[in-house]
Amino acid sequence: MTTSLEKPVATRLRRGVTPGRLSGRALLAAGVVAFGVLSIVRWTTGENQLTSSGTMTGALSLAVPIGLAGLGGLWSERAGVVNIGLEGMMILGTWAGAWAGFQWGPWWGVLAGLVGGALGGLLHAVATVTFGVDHIVSGVAITILAGGLARYLSVVAFVGEPGGGPTNSPPVRRAMGTVTVPVLSGGQVGGWDSPDLLRTVERTGVPVVADLAGVLRGLTHHVSHLTVLAILLVPLTWFVLWRTAFGLRLRSCGENPTAAESLGINVYRMKYVAVVVSGALAGLAGAFLVTVASSNYQEGQTAGRGFIGLAAMIFGNWRPTGLAGGAALFGYADKLQLSDAVHPLLVIVALVLAALAVRNILRRRYVAAAAGAVLAVAFATWFFVTDDVPSQLVSSTPHLVTLLVLFFASQRLRMPAADGQPYRRGQSG
Amino acid sequence: MPVPVPEPVAAGADAAPAVVLRGITKRFAGIVANHDVDITVERGSVHAIVGENGAGKSTLMKTLYGMHRPDEGTITVDGSVVTLSSPADAIALGIGMVHQHFMLADNLTVLENVVLGSEPTRAGVIDLGAARRRITEISESYGLDVPADRLVEHLSVGQRQRVEILKVLYRGARILILDEPTAVLVPQEVDELFDNLRELRAEGLAVIFISHKLDEVLSVADRITVIRAGTTVATVDPADVTARDLAELMVGSELPVPELRESTVTDVVQLEVDGLTVRNADGRAVVDDLSLTIHQGEILGIAGVEGNGQAELVEAIMGMLPVEQGEVRLGGADVSGWGTRRRREAGVGYIPEDRHRHGLLLAAPLWENRMLGHQTRPPNVSSGWIDRSGARADTERIVQEYDVRTPGIDVPAAALSGGNQQKLIIGREMSGNPSVLIAAHPTRGVDVGAQGAIWEQLRAARAAGLAVLLISADLDELIGMSDRITVMLRGRLVADADPRTVTPEQLGAAMTGVGTPA
Amino acid sequence: MTARRESLRRIALTMGAAGIALVVSLLVSTVVLLLSDADPVEVFTEVVEYGQKPAQLVNMLNKGTGYYLSAIAVAIGFRMALFNIGVDGQYRLAAMLAAALGAAVSLPAPLHVLMIVVVAMAVGALWAGIAALLKVTRGVSEVISTIMLNAIAGSIVAYLLHPDRLAVSVAGSNNIGTEPLPASARVPGLRLAGTESRVFGMVIVAMLVGVGYWVLLNRTRFGFDLRATGQSPTAAIASGVDVRRMVVTTMLLSGAVAGLVGLPQLLGASYTYGLDFPAGIGFTGIAIALLGRNHPVGIALGALLWAFLEEASQILDLLEVSPEIVRIIQGTVVLSVVVVYELVRRYTISQQQRSVGEQLAAEEPAVEGARA
Repeated sequence: MTTSLEKPVATRLRRGVTPGRLSGRALLAAGVVAFGVLSIVRWTTGENQLTSSGTMTGALSLAVPIGLAGLGGLWSERAGVVNIGLEGMMILGTWAGAWAGFQWGPWWGVLAGLVGGALGGLLHAVATVTFGVDHIVSGVAITILAGGLARYLSVVAFVGEPGGGPTNSPPVRRAMGTVTVPVLSGGQVGGWDSPDLLRTVERTGVPVVADLAGVLRGLTHHVSHLTVLAILLVPLTWFVLWRTAFGLRLRSCGENPTAAESLGINVYRMKYVAVVVSGALAGLAGAFLVTVASSNYQEGQTAGRGFIGLAAMIFGNWRPTGLAGGAALFGYADKLQLSDAVHPLLVIVALVLAALAVRNILRRRYVAAAAGAVLAVAFATWFFVTDDVPSQLVSSTPHLVTLLVLFFASQRLRMPAADGQPYRRGQSG
Repeated sequence: MPVPVPEPVAAGADAAPAVVLRGITKRFAGIVANHDVDITVERGSVHAIVGENGAGKSTLMKTLYGMHRPDEGTITVDGSVVTLSSPADAIALGIGMVHQHFMLADNLTVLENVVLGSEPTRAGVIDLGAARRRITEISESYGLDVPADRLVEHLSVGQRQRVEILKVLYRGARILILDEPTAVLVPQEVDELFDNLRELRAEGLAVIFISHKLDEVLSVADRITVIRAGTTVATVDPADVTARDLAELMVGSELPVPELRESTVTDVVQLEVDGLTVRNADGRAVVDDLSLTIHQGEILGIAGVEGNGQAELVEAIMGMLPVEQGEVRLGGADVSGWGTRRRREAGVGYIPEDRHRHGLLLAAPLWENRMLGHQTRPPNVSSGWIDRSGARADTERIVQEYDVRTPGIDVPAAALSGGNQQKLIIGREMSGNPSVLIAAHPTRGVDVGAQGAIWEQLRAARAAGLAVLLISADLDELIGMSDRITVMLRGRLVADADPRTVTPEQLGAAMTGVGTPA
Repeated sequence: MTARRESLRRIALTMGAAGIALVVSLLVSTVVLLLSDADPVEVFTEVVEYGQKPAQLVNMLNKGTGYYLSAIAVAIGFRMALFNIGVDGQYRLAAMLAAALGAAVSLPAPLHVLMIVVVAMAVGALWAGIAALLKVTRGVSEVISTIMLNAIAGSIVAYLLHPDRLAVSVAGSNNIGTEPLPASARVPGLRLAGTESRVFGMVIVAMLVGVGYWVLLNRTRFGFDLRATGQSPTAAIASGVDVRRMVVTTMLLSGAVAGLVGLPQLLGASYTYGLDFPAGIGFTGIAIALLGRNHPVGIALGALLWAFLEEASQILDLLEVSPEIVRIIQGTVVLSVVVVYELVRRYTISQQQRSVGEQLAAEEPAVEGARA
């Protein structure tokens, strides 16, 4: 590859176009509407799993690795480096996390995961920043390398250990601790069995109220410490990148590195820091998989979550809050898939398509409206004619949701202006 | 970060000069960009550095700003010899630079752009209040009015330049480098800029002003240093020289003059634009119900401050942008529904504003670049197959006829100088019997020799009966090379001007919407 | 600077770059071998000897054929800066559907094979076409969409490969697969002296694809448009290329070639698409396209190297070295190759500029750079 991409993601072909922005308020409104629809569908179909606290707990723990990978993507791309190697760095994180975790416990696993991912990030930084290799090429190469490395190291480190093998590690020592908010979500304080108010409300099945209780309980009942930490990383990232001098300098490297350079900022160093942090976050996502989401390393465990994390970041318009929303959405889809509750999603998809068709009619785009309407009817028919969706197809729900979301969102996105572009010191201006 | 306090202007010969450059030499990949440069810049003066495009002015200023190290020579600032290994070093010594191409991040606010790299902080957190106060303070004391919390992408060209100057002053610069600051400004804005510069000089700052426009230099500078072929050839007092003398020093001869000979305008309309409207993504009409006609043998010049829809007009005529409504007619035929390729095949030649983005494949050899935009036609292609020998032979012809200085047609386009790249593009666009030529800023960034040659080619095209649409920010070029001038403002043509009588000042007034030309 | 000298130098530089990358990878593997207490010299000698046996050569060629097709599919996109990471899903879906359809119809021999090839190419193209449409209509990055489409293709294949649908039990195993292809749909192998194993007949098809790829890109207007778009989309648009249509066409083309990836194995050895049908060749193709620098000959060498390394891994077990070391070597080769190529590219550009500058200065002492 001797060519460089002008703008590798989303808007490359839409020249001369300044896309509008997704405001936080619009996102919130969309969330509220979606929640209402969900609640009504739950109530009418009797599919309580849609908003049960169990589903929400599961969705949360599936959303965390996606969100952490997305945060990793955010750090890197805000500094102008596209990081498609997140998947590879996550693989390194899972291996390292399990390796340290099975010997010394989960928190050592977390630390090792961070370091493992950071090393992957460092490699990406060396290739893209120092040597100017195309970012996507380097990311793909790192993912290939990480897969091989994890397999080799597993053979070296895990074979012969009790419960370990060439494709899996022994279980991590001890589980990571969890927190539960007393009174609201039960649990024990000292010897006292706390009431579980939210569960009581949830069981009433009252539309919206019970759903809300389900969501809240999912977020407050048996939440692992690492999950809490991961959630805190979202506002922390926002604060560091948007409120500190360091963050402004980092973002300036993604918007106009030459301008940053001309003001005496060491662009290479900023990019290095950003990509290494990016790798560390992806590694943390990997560590989460082996210490919280499961209890050991298994080959193929990341299952493309690094890529979905990147999609969550794009969906979130390169902003932490939007990214968290994207991760929550993908985590939720993934959870429904795992608990085989995808069937009611069909009716939601049908409703969304119908709404879009109406919007297209209002905008006088009749062909698009007709296509949307036909699809909406198809999904509705599928919903009413069948009782479930074949399990093999269900497994791709998160990927399909990713595609759908990008399909509807990608035109309103604005990536950092110099994202993915090669930069060399003293070369322009 | 101290506020730049006005200092008494150092008097007498014993005060150390602000900057002394001695024997500066800089090479890139074997090419000598600067050699044996000697310049002394006094405090409290405006020191102009003139030279044609490619003479090495920008390279020299980047050396002084620490963007690269000189291979030989010394830099002395305020009496002490310094080593500048990055812009950070230069900034620390009180050197600031306003770059020719603005160094601004569009998606950041004015405030963020200004404080970047020198942020006032409390425990690492940007102190927005303090930053805003200081920016207001500086803008008020130097009359630089800019909205601190606006995104830079929403600013006009003039405002952007003020942000650049603000950036430099914010860092407490005592030595200011301005690289071709007037290239994108209308005469009135140039006057404002010069007022700002005089104010800075009065406060004891040293201003280094780089330009190739001799009249401007003569009006604002206290000293003038001429650079030619990478080295300083003379330093003169503006009172002692004329523009002619400077030109002689700059290029060894008189400068080429943009002018047309007797009219070749016919009454056959070749290009017609009727009620054209183009909207951007925000729904704003960037070209707004615009109509124009160009006859065979006529050059129509469009004047306008950059960003008033000229680029979109050109791209709409070329079929590169979707048009909301309106028609484009070529020799009477409605081509509105045609793609770019078909329009080109029908005889539209295109000299794009940004040759690196739209005109060339920089990594590809010259002969492949000759095919670009003509890849459906002989001698390049016959029935879908590339005719290598045909394309190569014709590239040789263009290199000969248009005097493209190159060692061969297999070198990549990136290896040529800007002027030679432009001559190649013009040669290419003039081949294949065009009937219309769209020329956007055809002499931007090219050396004087190429400039003269390009003007000659435009005259030849006009004489051959082409209809030429000329867009330029260089008002002298526009006035000299047009049969008719029209002024574009906010997507509309707002005034017509007769190039035989109009002055640059009148055009400038019309371009900013404050008056109409004669 | 003549064209010939220029191209000779380019070839020399490319070969040199590949050599450096190989040396780096050998060094890395030596370190890894030393760390795992093996004697690198012994391992390398054994591996090279093993790889030269005829049976292994046949295996290499057969594996390499699929890799080659996959890398060409990727390279078509790369040349226009389009990342088709979805070759994996495209070929699996294509091979499975072509296998099922091929078994369901009966046709005379050459037509039968032709039909399977056409169906496979069409399925691959259509699947890739989804990503193309998402890109040109909604601006969705093909990098993300093709990755998602891989997963979706995987689940469609899993869904269809079920006894209720397109699959049957394979005799003598607990594997299931599509109905085996009849003799008329099988492509006979080619003999190689010294072994009973046959080289896939589809090797010839792969070669033709390679030649076609080169001719299309370097000798046709379409190829010029494609390369121009890859080098500078803006300049391509200004030259009259309809970039959206190019994206769609290129993606369809890439997908069509991707559809062929599984056929050497399907028509030459397994005759059925089962659960054990090789997966992951699409990703291998990305690595090999990078190794071969998108050049058909370079890609062929890369595919053979890759296949050789995988064959060699079989003997590592006997030497008590973990065969997984091969994957590290492969990863290192790719990463060092892309770095070295980038360095060579920069070096070439600065050399060119230097020589252009010198030649112009020699021709005409008065131009810039000379003493006034």
